[in-house]
Amino acid sequence: MAKKFLYINRKAPYGTIYALESLEVVLIGAAFEQDVSLAFIDDGVYQLTAGQDTAGAGMKNFSRTYKALGDFEINKLYVERESLEERGLTLDDLQQITWEDENEDYAEKPSIHLVGRAEMASLIASQDVVLSF
Amino acid sequence: MLLGIVVNEGPYTHQASDTAYQFTKAALEKGHSIFRVFFYHDGVNNGTRLTVPPQDDRNLQKLWTELAEKYKLDLVVCVAAAQRRGILDADEAKRHGKDAANIAPGFRISGLGQLIEAGINAERLVTFGD
Repeated sequence: MAKKFLYINRKAPYGTIYALESLEVVLIGAAFEQDVSLAFIDDGVYQLTAGQDTAGAGMKNFSRTYKALGDFEINKLYVERESLEERGLTLDDLQQITWEDENEDYAEKPSIHLVGRAEMASLIASQDVVLSF
Repeated sequence: MLLGIVVNEGPYTHQASDTAYQFTKAALEKGHSIFRVFFYHDGVNNGTRLTVPPQDDRNLQKLWTELAEKYKLDLVVCVAAAQRRGILDADEAKRHGKDAANIAPGFRISGLGQLIEAGINAERLVTFGD
């Protein structure tokens, strides 16, 4: 039986390597057919922001990879509302990330779900495996 | 209980590897089993045999190696993270045209699938990091 895996992303996309290497685990893990969710809290919400430009910093811009997660059947991205608000961000500042539901004629559905802090806590509590980056 | 251990920080700068080592040792002494210890991010730096800490300080790499020997632990260093940080075994060194291998005894280099497998097989996966 599949286990519930939750990847918690807490760090900004650049400055440290945690976000990039977390994404590498998520992509490899997708092959194991587990029940995968991603959570974005604290500075981790910056990982999903639209219009990232790393040219000046000389780093690899990997932000487009999040848009491809739907192709790996990873379509549960939970973003903590309070973390967005504390940073002056709204859903409009994030990339639009969707997945195609093959059970509904490949209808495009949003992958990002806004959840409150209390709801995030119960989401974490309901998992079998939590990997925090 | 069957435990999986994840170490996400290197030795000395962060305490994570010390705490992970002490937790793993205590769990084994209490009769628990360890499915695997997986080293990721800078945690791969725990697996170089070339560290030379001062003699009056602990040698974390040696402590892990000795623990692995005593309990036949599976210490796995992530290959992608290791390549970035210059941790190589003989095969990897040859493949990438490098003139040395530095993986410590008791450690082996393998893929991220080993981390997912630890999550699937262990009853609890315990992460040590910042």
